[in-house]
Amino acid sequence: MRVILVVAVVGVVFLMLSYTSSHNMGVFNPKGTIAHAEMNLIVTTTLLMLIVVIPVFVMLAIFSWRYRAGNTKAKYSPDWHKSIALEVIWWIIPIIIIAIIARMTWISSHDLDPYKPIASSVVPITIEVVALEWKWLFIYPDQNIATLNFVQLPIDTPINFRITGDAPMNSFWIPQLAGQIYAMAGMDTTLHIVASEKGDYAGVSANYSGFGFSGMKFTARASSQDEFEQWVRTVRMSPSTLSIDEYTKLAEKSRNNDVSYYSSVHKGLYDKIIMKFMVPANVIMTKMNM
Amino acid sequence: MFGNLTLSALPHEPITVGAGIFMAIAGSSIIGLLFYFKRWRWLWAEWLTSVDHKKIGVMYIILAFVMLLRGFSDAVMMRLQQILSVGDSVGYLPPEHYDQIFTAHGVIMIFFVAMPLMFGLINLAVPLQIGARDVAFPFLNSMSLWLTVFGAMLVNLSLVVGEFAATGWLAYPPLSGIVYSPGVGVDYYIWALQIAGVGSLISGINFFVTILMMRCKGMTLMRMPVFVWTVLASMTLVIISFPILTATLGMLSLDRLLGMHFFTSDFGGNAMMYVNLIWAWGHPEVYILVLPAFGIFSEVVSVFSRKKLFGYTSMIYATVAITFLSFVVWVHHFFTMGAGANVNAFFGIMTMIIAIPTGVKVFNWLFTMFRGRIVFASPMLWMIGFIFTFTIGGMTGVLLSVPAADFQLHNSLFLVAHFHNTIIGGVVFGYFAGITYWFSKIFGFKLNERLGKAAFWHWIVGFFVAFVPLYILGLMGMTRRISHIDESTGWQTLLIVAGIGVVIIGIGVLLQILQMIVSIRDRKHNMDTTGDPWDGRTLEWSTSSPPPFYNFAIIPTVHGRHPFWDTKYGESEQVAPHYEDIEMPSNTPMGLYIAFASVVFGFAIVWHIVWLVVLAFAAILALLIARSLDYNTEYVVKAETIAKIEAKRK
Repeated sequence: MRVILVVAVVGVVFLMLSYTSSHNMGVFNPKGTIAHAEMNLIVTTTLLMLIVVIPVFVMLAIFSWRYRAGNTKAKYSPDWHKSIALEVIWWIIPIIIIAIIARMTWISSHDLDPYKPIASSVVPITIEVVALEWKWLFIYPDQNIATLNFVQLPIDTPINFRITGDAPMNSFWIPQLAGQIYAMAGMDTTLHIVASEKGDYAGVSANYSGFGFSGMKFTARASSQDEFEQWVRTVRMSPSTLSIDEYTKLAEKSRNNDVSYYSSVHKGLYDKIIMKFMVPANVIMTKMNM
Repeated sequence: MFGNLTLSALPHEPITVGAGIFMAIAGSSIIGLLFYFKRWRWLWAEWLTSVDHKKIGVMYIILAFVMLLRGFSDAVMMRLQQILSVGDSVGYLPPEHYDQIFTAHGVIMIFFVAMPLMFGLINLAVPLQIGARDVAFPFLNSMSLWLTVFGAMLVNLSLVVGEFAATGWLAYPPLSGIVYSPGVGVDYYIWALQIAGVGSLISGINFFVTILMMRCKGMTLMRMPVFVWTVLASMTLVIISFPILTATLGMLSLDRLLGMHFFTSDFGGNAMMYVNLIWAWGHPEVYILVLPAFGIFSEVVSVFSRKKLFGYTSMIYATVAITFLSFVVWVHHFFTMGAGANVNAFFGIMTMIIAIPTGVKVFNWLFTMFRGRIVFASPMLWMIGFIFTFTIGGMTGVLLSVPAADFQLHNSLFLVAHFHNTIIGGVVFGYFAGITYWFSKIFGFKLNERLGKAAFWHWIVGFFVAFVPLYILGLMGMTRRISHIDESTGWQTLLIVAGIGVVIIGIGVLLQILQMIVSIRDRKHNMDTTGDPWDGRTLEWSTSSPPPFYNFAIIPTVHGRHPFWDTKYGESEQVAPHYEDIEMPSNTPMGLYIAFASVVFGFAIVWHIVWLVVLAFAAILALLIARSLDYNTEYVVKAETIAKIEAKRK
């Protein structure tokens, strides 16, 4: 019986290890500085908690076995129910560990604050992100181009994502590059990241936003600076442009959209998308011809 | 005439048609059997109109098990869809249907399984544990039950007439607003929860008052059983948090019905205000559910270790600390809103502080086992399974409370695994332990232990097989609520493993049903003739199983924390009992009527049937007034009658 149990446990561990080593582990396979720091935080916090959790498991196993009713050799103290010393110990130890984690929390919340610009000698690139039903629109205001369900960025360059939505609430998440932040209509959130390695990384919406939600995916491609510039030139050759009319059409519901490129973008489109929720809709319609 | 209700609201998809036919057959066969055995009068007089807390408790638990089967079927359908819907295959459920299923699963499991299980067990045990004959407001108790039942019926009705919400179990706007969800699904959601929510609030007040005012002589607060303490804490949370739910859903329905803009994106509405409000209720809600489970485990661990509970005072302080803290942590459900580092860090740290009193509880339970004589009856197995499972859930909970870590874990399957880890490992295991523990007290015979233990092992093994893969999938970047995945992700393997886990849990559920059937069949062999099958310590074991309808012929007087243990093993003089007349509440169908009028009101609003809204509302008012003017709500049981009943019992 015990042999079977050991074999089963070893087998499960082996299968798990072989599975995790042959698949992309997302959060545990970071390709950007922020995602890397977040992974380290997850690991450190877990290890700290194991200081309490492992003794609990060991005691649970030992006490269950030793003090089973059949074992009359074990000491039995039916009225023993109080020990100030012991209780002080298990109030104090969790307090110390939580104090350590709390300090880490305070520091990491500020260091990894998505609003905090990343210090770097390289000039950052701003990319505006709009969550639509059910696709992701990326606008490069400085390059005056836009893309759908695809975002390319140069490595080792700080990227300032500005994020909003023209849809129910979504969450902008590229697990291998950085943690997520909500994309909300009429609101403007920010996410700062740096990619440290070239590659294609999966991007998703992490917050359920309706029937087309499962198809709301994009690719984030981290490339060299040269490749990035080359790519921008390719996008500029696209026949499509993102005028207000084109945007209005694009914003309608659609599922599982392909990647598309826009060689130019209506100036200030991102701000207009946010502002259209700020005043009564019929007023903005006439004002902006939207 | 019928508002927006037309024949097109009836189902046309094969799965929903099947479910509808199944419900119709099940319903009509129950009605048919009642006619066949001529049990209508009995059912009506003895059960449906009963204000006896023990019967109300049983009816709550029956509701919970019926709804558990529905919620579990939803889980099976979701697992199957995620296994099948990979790459070119889109599975067997279109998103329009799948999205209703995960919404219904969450709503049903929290509101119509966990809550009724909790109120059921509170009803069964609390009055007996504090030496009372009933609750403070027996009529309101009956009304709460029926409001919960009819809330659940409204959810089930949405399966056949119209649709249910496809928004996720908390129905965040703007998705749940009229623009993005123009159908009746969200309205069904709102009114099912409003009706059941009022029931929960009234129950909360009822038991809060019962515990404070109806304890027997000598039972000071610090002599109350820990279960009663945790219920008191939980009911405090109900009283403070459920009005928030009612107000929030009220505003959402004003947005939808009257075109207001509390939570829309335009006209100054703010969807994140809804998210804040709903979690200001939603976070306390999980502690409402888990605190009584902690109480059950405290009873169980002491009784089955044949030892006093370790650190009673510590336990109480820990419970009160958790109660307070549960109100200052709600933002941890949406750190990713972008509230800024100071706000996030504050709420993160407040959250992880909850781990301290919870950890203290775990150590106290462990040291109750230390130097005990542990009997591994099935309640104790649930207890040990709970400590193991819940500790893991607590650990991943602390991890999620670190905002910068949460950015990577939020909304992923890691989160889904975490809350199932705490809710199944904590709440569900706790209530199963409670049901096994108190079953014989209510029915007079014990549940079959062999099948009970087999069910436990299936549940715990199935749990880990089903949810460990979800932790891993979450770290791989798989988000919750998706109905289709790409083949290149390689997630299908783990989803299949999780599916196997669900099958194992399913066998556990079947074993529990079998346990019920076998125990009823063999009840003659498992009779609990002493009223004290587990060698208990608290007052509920001092009366017979089942207790007489008045619980205690003579209200006990208590001198310590283990009143029954002390009388059993201490020196107590035998006095000839002196019976007195007892006032008991009369049965009444008014609670049932009011709840029925409420559900008609809800249904009419869902479908905009104006005349019916007015009529049902007038009916509710009229019934409330009629009941308020009825002074004849109690009857007297004569001392001689009690003497006769007591003599027969001995």
